[in-house]
Formats: sequence, structure tokens, C-alpha cells
Amino acid sequence: MFDFLRARFRQRVGPASLAPNESGLPDRFRGRPVIAQPHADVATDGSNPRSKALPEHRGRSLPIIDLGRSVFAPEEILLFDQQAAAFSQDYRMATSSRSALLTSDGEIELAHALDHKMRRLFGRSLRFRLVAAGSCGGCEAELAALSNVVFDMARFGIQFVASPRHADGIVIAGAISANMREALEKTYEAVPDPRIVVAVGACAISGGVFAESEAVLGGVPPSIPVDLWVPGCPPHPLTVLDGLLRLLGRVDHLSHTVPRGARDDRSTPSP
Amino acid sequence: MSAPALLSVYNRRCVDVSDIPVHEAEKFASTLATSVAAGWRIISLFGVPEDSQILRICAVVANDDRAQLGVACTLVGQEYSALSISCHQAARFEREIAEQCGAIPKGHPSPKPLRRHSPDHAPGGWALRPKEQEVFSFDVVHGDEVHEVAVGPVHAGIIEPGHFRFQAYGEEILSLEIMLGYQHRGVERLLERSERGRAVLIAESIAGDTVIGHASAFCGAIEALARSHKTPRGQTIRGIALELERLANHIGDLGALSSDAAYQPSAAYFGRLRGECLNLLMTISGNRYGRGLIRPGGVLFDIPPAMVSEAVRRVERLRDDVRPVAQLLFETSSVQSRFDGVGVVSAEQCRANGYVGLVARSSEVPRDVRHDFAYGVYRYAQIPVATAWSGDVYARALVRWLEIQRSIEFVLEQLSALPHGEVRVDCGALRPSELVVALEEGWRGEIAHVVMTDAAGSVRRHKVVDPSFHNWSAVSAAMPGNQISDFPLCNKSFNLSYAGHDL
Repeated sequence: MFDFLRARFRQRVGPASLAPNESGLPDRFRGRPVIAQPHADVATDGSNPRSKALPEHRGRSLPIIDLGRSVFAPEEILLFDQQAAAFSQDYRMATSSRSALLTSDGEIELAHALDHKMRRLFGRSLRFRLVAAGSCGGCEAELAALSNVVFDMARFGIQFVASPRHADGIVIAGAISANMREALEKTYEAVPDPRIVVAVGACAISGGVFAESEAVLGGVPPSIPVDLWVPGCPPHPLTVLDGLLRLLGRVDHLSHTVPRGARDDRSTPSP
Repeated sequence: MSAPALLSVYNRRCVDVSDIPVHEAEKFASTLATSVAAGWRIISLFGVPEDSQILRICAVVANDDRAQLGVACTLVGQEYSALSISCHQAARFEREIAEQCGAIPKGHPSPKPLRRHSPDHAPGGWALRPKEQEVFSFDVVHGDEVHEVAVGPVHAGIIEPGHFRFQAYGEEILSLEIMLGYQHRGVERLLERSERGRAVLIAESIAGDTVIGHASAFCGAIEALARSHKTPRGQTIRGIALELERLANHIGDLGALSSDAAYQPSAAYFGRLRGECLNLLMTISGNRYGRGLIRPGGVLFDIPPAMVSEAVRRVERLRDDVRPVAQLLFETSSVQSRFDGVGVVSAEQCRANGYVGLVARSSEVPRDVRHDFAYGVYRYAQIPVATAWSGDVYARALVRWLEIQRSIEFVLEQLSALPHGEVRVDCGALRPSELVVALEEGWRGEIAHVVMTDAAGSVRRHKVVDPSFHNWSAVSAAMPGNQISDFPLCNKSFNLSYAGHDL
């Protein structure tokens, strides 16, 4: 008994803070990329594999960074074809639409809350079923870390459940291997309506490093509508948590990422 | 026995493909069978198309006691006499060859699909059976009151997909069969046809908790083929990163084992301490799993003096924090009674089936690449091999604890004595028509990347063997006789990679 109490006393630390400047992320952490001065005259012919534009963006003259295809590798900075491009330490990157992950200067519109009706139904909590389909296991490990005493998503009422029947939605990781397609569809169908879907990681969003493989679909198929897109490879647990809290409407004072050098966000009115 | 039928090779040293002995089918089969019977084990047995009608089958075998590696080949047509008739250890590999290359091993005792995908390494002229015609039929035990339990691919927890089929009599498991392949992403084909910058990212993603292990083995193979220099500082940082990865996973596993035994205190504390290791990797590389660190030619990030001091401080703190938690775990009798005598794997099973890494060491079979086929910094700094004898969940927990302690000491030693110089040098073009075997002791066990180049110096075949490929059958072997409610605990004590197996 005393050994246990002594060990508990020794551990003393509590859960991590979610205030943006208290994340404790190190200098080398590769968060959201930011570009100091977007270049207007760089080629937009798709020759840069990292700046493939969705059809609705082809009219724009600036090249596009796709956070959903990025695996946040250090070398990617060179591929952004921009001056003064760097990965920031901002871990907030989850969005409500696929197109919101495309940016020319690194600024993105972050995820917004579920509609009023859904939130009334789910209350203040979210129960998820995880489906890993053609993944490497990294996203699963970070999602599992969300249940530990540091990130403790249970303090916000979010937890993973054993069956899709018990769930409000599914969290999908992996590039969707051919062998898991049916299981994914059946699991999604088994979640009672209304249900939400969270795509976690570059693989689930776009196929990630496996995008060119014939063995995978290359991300969540169009038949499954996604409510929250969380980029990363794997996304830091704080990135996932920030996204989920925005879905719940618990982070409502800042919907856009703030440019470098801006003042404290409380003084900026939210759009 | 150094059989002349095998060409002697060394970890990360290339050989000319033309020097590898090519045997007639019978001689190859008997070489394989007698080697394994004499104490060798199969690291890899894989197929590579020789031309449109012929498949070359290569065997890479190891004798750990004598620190020897050997290679030999044979050439076969689409139907050939199965090697596993005379060599049981070849069975799983032959299922893989059948699937990847479209070959038919006649007389194979259990020719079931392995990853359930269409052949992607078949000789161009072979007629291939579409994979829909392959059916995985489970072995069933018949009898009164014998029932079947199916679990997966979608499991109750946050875990990768796989299918487990139990034959049970009440609570007691009579047999367990595991069907994998759900995580198959086509890794080997991607590695073979991607340019180097992309290939290393794929290597990092073979198994997301073994980023450093696989990336290091991949780079080891590429660097050998390119005759790239390796800097002492770069190699030392690689070793530090590999041990940090080992620490993160072992600490996390002890936490998960506690959780499966419903002992919350150590589950909670180990969970936090695992994060400390990942955060150290993140401080060094910018990513919690070390992605972006290991690159051909060395490492991308150095550890400057201020960071070294901080890292030493944090690892010393980790050492002090983890000891009382481990004491809690190992001295709580209710937890130990859950671990004791459950999920036993014998030393004979390890030797017969070629199990590697932690699983083997927990059954007193001391296999460790850092010791037997030392490479990089492990040539200069020896980590004592940790073993236990009972082969049960307790032994696998104990070996993890021993390795945690030893890895912490290693990391502190190396941080305090980082060699001077560059951390990365150029890694040039690959030599043509060569073969290299790059072994690495990942945290689960032996990782093998076997790379063969063609006459133009491009990668002709890149065979990846994760330790889980060898060890998954240990889970099936360990379960009979145990209670089905002990399955999560047992499975966790192995903690094998689904993605690493499925590629």
C-alpha cells in the first residue's frame, strides 16, 4: 500500500495544458507550415508533386500546399517552392473540409463545431470506434496516447468504445487497404445515425506515402463522408485533440490560424 | 557447420549476385533442410523473377551461435516441389512466395493465403490465378461442446486489424489460427520502384512504432550498396535513436500489460513515461517516432551540446521515475499471478520455428543482432543480451524490464561520449548486380532488408522481413491450453506488428 502511495506521490504531474503557448512542443517540431512571402509566379502546372491543386483551385495563380498529402517530412520544405517556408510549432491543423487543408501561405480555416442539432444529441461527449485500415500503426499509437494521463481526452468526455453500435462515429486511420474495405464499410454502416467520421493522418486523407500503391484505395472513399480531417504523419495527439474539441464547440474563440507575429488572439474578433 | 553449399555473407556487406551458388532443386531443398536441422534458421526465403518463365528463390540463413550468415539460390518454374516438405521452417516463407510470385509449391502442408493479395513479383510469362479464387479456410476442431470464436479484423481496442479464430472448449483454447493481411499496402513494390527520397519515407512507414528500426535497416542496405562512408557521430546518434525507440515501446508495453491485468497505477505511470521517450525523439528529430531522422548517409539532425545536456537530464529523470513503477508491477502478487505460466513458448518451439527477438530471448534463446551480427555503434558498445527462461507472459515482461534498464545505460553512455565530426555524408549510386543483407535489432527483434540490384544499379528486389513475420505463429503456438480470457494479455505480451507482417 505504501509503495503505491509513494509511487503516486512521485509521479505528481497532471494532464497537459491545451493553451497554444503552453504546449511544450520542442523547436524542431514540425507543425503547420508557414510561408512568409508567397511567390506569385511559381509554376502551377502540377510539376511540383506537393502542389497538386483540386479542380476548384486551378483558377488561382498561387501554388497550393496540401496539408492532407503532406507527411511533414523535413525535406518537404524544399518542395513547397516558396521563399521562407518553414514548419511552425503550431499543432492546430484539423479542418472540417478537405479543401480547407489546401493553402497557399500556410493559413487555414480550422474545424468548426458540429451543427446545433448534432451537438444536442451527442451532449457534451463523443464516443468513437476506431477503424485502422491499411495503416502503419503510428496513428493508432497516437490515438491510444490520447487516453493516457497526459492528454486524457476522457476529461473532455471523449472516449473510444468497443463496438460501432455504441459509437457516435468512427475514426479512420490508414490508406484503406483493399483487404479492409469491406470491414470499414460494414463498421460505418453499423454506427447508428446521426454519425460522424474523423479521418486521421495523411494516409486516411490522401493515401500518404502509400498513395501510389495499387494495394490501397488512397484514403477514405467518397462513399463515407468525413466531418473532421486531421493531417499529420502521424498527427500529434494535441492536433487530434484540438480537432475533436473544435467539433464539440469547446474551442470557439479562434477559427483561423493566426499569422506569425500577430498579437494575442483574444484581441482579434473571430470571423 | 559452414556448408559449402552456402555463400558466406556478413551483415551489411555486399556480394556479387553471380557469386551466390545456384543449386538444382533437390540440392537446394536438402541444403536448406540439413542447415536448419543443424541449428541454422531462415532469415528470409523469397522469390525474384529471373526472366519471364523462371523464378529465382533465394535463401538467407543464419547461425546465431557461430555468428554466420549464408545465402544460396535455386531456379524454379511455376510449379515446384515444396521446400517445406523437408524443412518445416520454410512453410510460411513458401506461402509468401506463392502469393507474391504466383508459384505453386506442390506438397506444401498448408498452402493458405498469407496476405491475400494478387502476385506483384511474378515472372512476366506466368498465368496467374486471380486472388478471389484463394480462400482461407480455417482449421476446425470437431466435437461436442467445442465452439468457435472469431475476433476481428476490427478489434475492440485501438489496435491494428487482424483476424483470430479460436477453437475453444468452454474457457479453454484448443487451437488458435490467425489470418492477417488486412494491413497490406504493397510496401515492397513501392520500395523497389520509388526514388530514394520517397523510398526512405516508405521504409519509415513499414511499421509506425518501428520507424528507426526499419529506416536504419533500409539505409544500412543502401549505404552498403553505395559503399557510402558512415560517420561515427551519425552511427552513434542512430544507436541512441534506436534505443530510445526500444525504450518507448518496452515502457509502453509494460503499461499495456498492467492495463490488461487491470492494474491501473503502473498502467497510468508507464503510459506517461512512454511519452517522455517519444518526446525525447521529438526533441531530436521533430517527430515523436523519429521520422525524418534516419537518412542514407547518416542522420538529418545533430544533437548539439545544449541538447545533449538536456537529454542526459531527462534520461536520468526517466531512469529514476521508471524504477519504482516497475517495482510496483513486479511486486504486486495479483498482477504476477496473471502473468505467471500463461502463454508459454518453449525454447524448442523457438528453435524449430525460427522465432527471433524478445520472444526468443524470453525462452532462453539468446538471439540479438546487436550481439551476434554487430553493426554500427554496437561494434563498439556492447549491450548485454537480456534473457529469461520461463517463456511466459512474465518472462516477456521481465526481458522488457531488463532491456529498459540496459538501454537507458547505453543512451546515457553514448550521449556523454558522442564522437566528433559530421552526422551525414553523401550516399552515392548503388553498385550493379549485388546483394546485401542488412540486419537490425528492432525493438521486437531482428529486422532484415535484403536488397538485390540489377545490371543498371537499380533496385531489382527489396525484401523486407519484420520480426513479426517470424513471430506471429508464436502467438498461435502459445495459446492452446490457456483460458480465452487470457488472450488479450498474451497477445499484448508478444505485441507483434500487423503492419510489419502484412507490408
